[in-house]
Amino acid sequence: MVCAMFSTRVENKMTQTPILDVQNLNVRFDTPKGEFHAVKDVSFTMGREKLAIVGESGSGKTQTGRAILGLTQGRITADRMTFHGSNLLGLSPVAWREIRGRRIAMVMQDPKYSLNPVMTIGDQLIEAGHRHIGTISPRQRSLEMLEAVKIRDPLRVFRAWPHELSGGMGQRAMIAMMLMAEPEMLIADEPTSALDVTVRLQVLAILDDLVKTRNMGLIFISHDLNLVRTFADRVLIMYGGRVVEELPARDLYSATHPYTRGLLACAPEVDNPKKRLAILNRDPAWANPPPRGGR
Amino acid sequence: MIDIDNLSVVFGDGENRVLAVDQFSLRVEAGESFGLVGESGSGKSTVLRAVAGLLDTWTGNIAVDGAKLGRKRSRDFYAKVQMVFQDPFGSLHPKHTIDRILSEPLIVHDLDNREARVRDVLEQVQLGPSFRFRYPHQLSGGQRQRIAIARALILRPRIILLDEPTSALDVSIQAEILNLLDDIRTQLGVTYLLVSHDLGVVAHMCNRFAVMRQGKLIEVAESAHLGTGALSHAYSRQLLLASKGYDRALVDTFADL
Repeated sequence: MVCAMFSTRVENKMTQTPILDVQNLNVRFDTPKGEFHAVKDVSFTMGREKLAIVGESGSGKTQTGRAILGLTQGRITADRMTFHGSNLLGLSPVAWREIRGRRIAMVMQDPKYSLNPVMTIGDQLIEAGHRHIGTISPRQRSLEMLEAVKIRDPLRVFRAWPHELSGGMGQRAMIAMMLMAEPEMLIADEPTSALDVTVRLQVLAILDDLVKTRNMGLIFISHDLNLVRTFADRVLIMYGGRVVEELPARDLYSATHPYTRGLLACAPEVDNPKKRLAILNRDPAWANPPPRGGR
Repeated sequence: MIDIDNLSVVFGDGENRVLAVDQFSLRVEAGESFGLVGESGSGKSTVLRAVAGLLDTWTGNIAVDGAKLGRKRSRDFYAKVQMVFQDPFGSLHPKHTIDRILSEPLIVHDLDNREARVRDVLEQVQLGPSFRFRYPHQLSGGQRQRIAIARALILRPRIILLDEPTSALDVSIQAEILNLLDDIRTQLGVTYLLVSHDLGVVAHMCNRFAVMRQGKLIEVAESAHLGTGALSHAYSRQLLLASKGYDRALVDTFADL
């Protein structure tokens, strides 16, 4: 149903053929206390665009991103999950290796935990691109990728150990690693949350430019509505495992769902001072399936 | 209320010597809510820790309520000055009940009527008395931060030092905590010194704030002037623009100021 709405409303916004098509994705975890339903009937298609998935902790945004790469411990079911028309459901480990990191790459939140602390950045870059066949040496390619993410002294960073890099530098090195295999799609899970505000925007500019120049699709998972509004093309807002609203990022201020409106109202803004911040009154019904016939 | 004069803090020595705070001076008036903003490594938390007495490598003068402070702080000082930390998961003892966490300052300060005081302070942070016998792991992040605020309040301090009190919380929970902190200040007239990387939070909570960079004070500004962008230093202006969201053209203008 979300799909039907989306194709009429936002079609013009999307770039022709979808790269990724997800219909009724569900992720469930078996816990000692019973089943936990983390992602509920999530549907979307995306092309070469910046699609943001926004929500608070526990909304299912990260699990949605991970399910696309089969990287969740939970049980994944879906009516359809295809990447360039080929099925992503029930792939063998060998088949996954052709996709993960090579055709769809992932950038995590904190470079401190996602870089290998006992390998130099250069060795990790070369390892990330080891299956890529090209005309230039892996070392040369690595240096080019470091340059592509606007690192001023690529050779120094190539030789450096992860602990010698600042947060922003580490995250750039991570993105460079993801680019080694020239993926068609990048899933970035809170890629800039650990960074200072100016560095954050610089890293986003790098991602933005890469989407444009390399014609990539980007799934940007974030909790920051203001950032998403100004950065992404299209936004899915998640609550309790469900997509409650979907709209073009620039129209975020005219969102209609009470959850989206509540989130916008409770954030302090620099140039729009409020006497008192609005409190979000959660309605458990938001996490239930929408009534038939639209919302 | 808080007078900081020529404060410098040095960490490490020899090759590893870092000047974390560099000749920092500041005056915070009684009843004021004052913000310290800056990016990581700017020294904002170090200033707060020096005031709180959690550091001993500082030089310069710090005075609270007119009394000059030494390296070691008395019990009276902590009756007057309390602190709330960033991480509500790390700042509460995992094996102590909420009752014990809140009673501990009372025991240290030899105060009676403990049970009534614990009940009162729980009410003040809008948690019911049923929370007394729970453990921190049974609470959400927002509830834990309320307990951390209650622990700071229970001694009825005149100054509360807030170190990124909401940066570990979801934005809707942040709104609840910021409103609570606002109410407490209105009711009790306490003075806040609040450290945050988020200019939005500082503009909302504080009447004045200082921008810090690489240990130095860049400028002191009034939040009311933020809307008109009346910041005099280029770095503060860059920080303000950056906090408004992503703008591709803006990023190219960023300089290492």
